[in-house]
Amino acid sequence: MLNGWNGWNVWNVWNGWNGFVAVYLRETRLLRRRFFRHLASMMVPPLLYLVAFGTAMGSHSPLPGRSYLEFLLPGLVAMTSMTQAYGIAGEINVARFYLHVFEEFQASPIGSAAYVLGEVCAGVTRAALGVAAILAIAFVFSIGVRVDACLLLAAALNAAAFASLGVFLAMIVKSHADQALLVSFVITPMSFLGGTLFPVENLPGWAQTLVYLLPLTHAADALRRASLGLPADPANFALLAAATALFFILALSSVDHARD
Amino acid sequence: MIVLEELQKRYGERLALAGVSLHVQPGELFAYLGPNGAGKSTTIRILAGLTRLSGGRAVIGGVDIEADPRAARRQCGLVVQHANVDNELSLADNMDIHGRLFGMPADERARQTRELLAYVDLGERRGQRVATLSGGMKRRLMIARALMHRPKVLFLDEPTAGLDADIRRRLWGLIKSIQADGATIFLSTHYIEEAEFLADRVAFLDAGRLRALDTPAALKTRVGEWAVDRPSQDGLRSDYFSDHGAAKYAANHAASVSSGAFTLRRVSLEDAFLRMTGKEPPPC
Repeated sequence: MLNGWNGWNVWNVWNGWNGFVAVYLRETRLLRRRFFRHLASMMVPPLLYLVAFGTAMGSHSPLPGRSYLEFLLPGLVAMTSMTQAYGIAGEINVARFYLHVFEEFQASPIGSAAYVLGEVCAGVTRAALGVAAILAIAFVFSIGVRVDACLLLAAALNAAAFASLGVFLAMIVKSHADQALLVSFVITPMSFLGGTLFPVENLPGWAQTLVYLLPLTHAADALRRASLGLPADPANFALLAAATALFFILALSSVDHARD
Repeated sequence: MIVLEELQKRYGERLALAGVSLHVQPGELFAYLGPNGAGKSTTIRILAGLTRLSGGRAVIGGVDIEADPRAARRQCGLVVQHANVDNELSLADNMDIHGRLFGMPADERARQTRELLAYVDLGERRGQRVATLSGGMKRRLMIARALMHRPKVLFLDEPTAGLDADIRRRLWGLIKSIQADGATIFLSTHYIEEAEFLADRVAFLDAGRLRALDTPAALKTRVGEWAVDRPSQDGLRSDYFSDHGAAKYAANHAASVSSGAFTLRRVSLEDAFLRMTGKEPPPC
């Protein structure tokens, strides 16, 4: 089906590009159809976190001279970019098991790279919308946040990593139920433990070691440093790039497994 | 145009296809007839690239589907038995995305979308969401979409399953006209009358094995010209005769020695299918 690259030639490049555009356009046209519904749904969790934690924590900020909301907001950007990008797995799941539209891609002459890249870019687009929504909320609530290239790069890498992970897992699951399990066991724990809502340094040493293995921890740290105007840590970006590459390769290799 | 050599598919311990070999000629409308679970859809899914084969070889238009699957798929259009369209997108969007997947330039995509939707009588609905279509309309859209990139071979997997008789007849006309335009059509169906009406040649498939392959007329002739039906404990049982006189004599004789309804009629493709797949009721 969606087989690997069979050598560089004009037809492959043209077909690869067309395949990528087709996959990406399909996802973004669906997103456009549901734009306001989707936008509203992606704004609810960060708003709840901001209201609930902002009220509950009050002046108990882990950062001297900064409010808790200033600490929290980059964490929410990390969390939202992760969940929205990973959400592409749900779309693929529906296309595979409910609408069966995935068969259209399988029966077409496009390669795995075009398919995976199209889905990952669609995931990143969803994440970009989510991040824009949070930044708009920050603006409305007058929460201090500094938006620069480092913040955008960290959010983009985080989204690319989790969109790739989403495509990989969507290819290897056998049903809707498996997909829901993965969210419960992978995404939800990471959302809470990845340095989004509280400083990782408050955890016991052994827990910190584990948490630093999570890409989201590095995304949250990179985003927080950018948001607060602190110097960037290149290790965060290197790890996010490595995670993106690893998950993308896994996604590429898994596409063929989706065949019977 | 299509060559299968000892095609096999295994799902765990179960052998879904047990070595099917056949040739389909260019321009032919070939029907694959068999009950549910016979392996019809499995064959089509392998040929269209949705399922991996476990053994044997398949060639489409001179291209081995394992050696160069993308080149093989480029020649094929596929209509699966369930609706696999994007309900939230418009008809034109569904067509456009398919055209892009097959590398068609924008002007050709636009022209083919316009012409094909008109061809299947959905031209007026091109901007509507697919969710607003009936089941028969979705099936016509799927056929139009499969023709979008001008495939040499069109695979139709149970294209009329679950549709009303009038819509089925309408689709039969459409399928005939697609063949008249030069496409090779590989059709799977469990409707015997559909195979009889549409196909140039018919293959009987049962439990993953090919039981017979010939023209509908030749398959019927193998059984006889005339059939006498009589009720039995296991259902309606038929006896077959080449000679009308002999069949008439048998019917009259049976009526004289036992009660019950006896029917003398011409042999149908269903008779041939039941006999060659061993599915007819056992002798009384």
